[in-house]
Amino acid sequence: MLILDCPYCGTSADETELSPGGEAHIKRYGPGSSDTDFEGYLFGRENPKGVHFERWRHANGCGKWFHAARCTMTLEVFGTYAAQTFEPPQEIKDKISAKRPGWSWRDFS
Amino acid sequence: MAQKDAKVQDLSQESVMFMKRYSAFAVAREAARYHSGWERAWRSPMPKKSYDVIIVGAGGHGLATAYYLGKNHGITNVAVIEKGWLGGGNTGRNTTIIRSNYLQDPSAAIFEKARSLYETMSQDLNYNVMFSPRGVMMLAQTQSEIRGYLRTAQANALQGVKTEFITPARVKELCPIIELSGPRYPVLGALWQERGGTARHDAVAWGYARACSDMGMDIIQQCEVTGVDQADGQVTGVKTTKGDIACKKLGVVVAGHSGVLADMAGFRLPVESIALQALVSEPIKPCMDVVIMANTVHGYLSQSDKGEMVIGGGTDGFNNYTQRGSFHHAEETVRALVETFPMLSRLKMLRQWGGIVDMTGDRSPILSSTPLGGCFINCGWGTGGFKSIPGSGWGMAELMAKGSSPLTDAFGLNRFAEGRFIDESVAAGVAH
Repeated sequence: MLILDCPYCGTSADETELSPGGEAHIKRYGPGSSDTDFEGYLFGRENPKGVHFERWRHANGCGKWFHAARCTMTLEVFGTYAAQTFEPPQEIKDKISAKRPGWSWRDFS
Repeated sequence: MAQKDAKVQDLSQESVMFMKRYSAFAVAREAARYHSGWERAWRSPMPKKSYDVIIVGAGGHGLATAYYLGKNHGITNVAVIEKGWLGGGNTGRNTTIIRSNYLQDPSAAIFEKARSLYETMSQDLNYNVMFSPRGVMMLAQTQSEIRGYLRTAQANALQGVKTEFITPARVKELCPIIELSGPRYPVLGALWQERGGTARHDAVAWGYARACSDMGMDIIQQCEVTGVDQADGQVTGVKTTKGDIACKKLGVVVAGHSGVLADMAGFRLPVESIALQALVSEPIKPCMDVVIMANTVHGYLSQSDKGEMVIGGGTDGFNNYTQRGSFHHAEETVRALVETFPMLSRLKMLRQWGGIVDMTGDRSPILSSTPLGGCFINCGWGTGGFKSIPGSGWGMAELMAKGSSPLTDAFGLNRFAEGRFIDESVAAGVAH
């Protein structure tokens, strides 16, 4: 079972306590943007086999949204971090690099 | 080495000429000689240097595509490349339910085409796929489900798909083991498709593989595609673990790994891969001769010919490529089903497994040309792939041979940019 540490309340929460919220760090395009950008924002997803960044909500706990870095191939969790950021903190990236040298995800690596 | 390969190919050519048909007579003949005369059902050749068409993925959909390319369009210089073994992905992991009671017209057309092809598949392929039109019942357990299924029944009447909305009394008559007055989710009626049912999933893949091999197509297993070659925006071949293979057209039919292949070909897909799981009980005496789907509680149930109760569960909510499901989803499914089928509480569960399904935003498949010329994709069947195998292959083959098909035109990749969805997420829920 997937277990994530909530970065807000510190609880080590298992899957039944959490709600998945889909891909993280999606750039939102609104009125005035091109059709391609808008389509990409609505439907385009990385769907990687390997390192992935996601949004989760500690639904049956403190209720806060947070981000998680995870491997979709092994279900390994690299770490969790606060939601109020445009990219994963360096500390998380370093943890991933230690285990998956040469990884990349969208513009991050 | 080259000489040895040539010899292997020669032998395989020979067996094409002498492919024996299966029949009652063949069974009697082999019984008289200790079954020493059965042949391999399909050849396992090394890849040639080039083909007219390469299909990536030897699951049901890929093999059906190859089969109809040969049968309907006369294109037989085809290779079907498979990373693992034939039918070892979702084709061998589903709950084998066949139905076509969809809400939207394009879905009904392709799923009904598939269902009707299942009716005669054993004869067409000369391979017993054990199609069993035992009837599929989708339970209405809330007021909104009643309204939804009444609407679907009306839509089906217009589409020429035979379904009807039946009363709880009729449900009980068709399925005596059901408990109608469950405290949380009483059975209020059901959408009944009499000609829906099940088939043997492995046999569907094996039957298509044998028929493809018989037409001279090469089925190459344990050959992983590692790259897509292209020149001037046109596909020229694939790189594989068994060497580079050239092709004029490429069909990508890989379900859960569609995103990985699309990445190699240089485009993105509006698809996410998640795990869907199923489980089976110990075998028991025949107790239920219909297929039951309960979408409110995310469970579906049928009894296999071996006597096992085959139970399909819900999907995980997160991206996953591991082909195993979560324990708590299995628990949820069983807990809900035990309320509607109290006798299940006494059963031991034997096996549980997961498959990686490719989900699109509108829960409808993608059968489409792609930004890469000559490259076609068939994916996004999500949780409803098995039932659609023949229809999907029929449409995909026509699309690849002619550039368009009345079955697939509505399912193009462009529908996402155009906002022209085929929304089955409301109509079908999880048990797609």
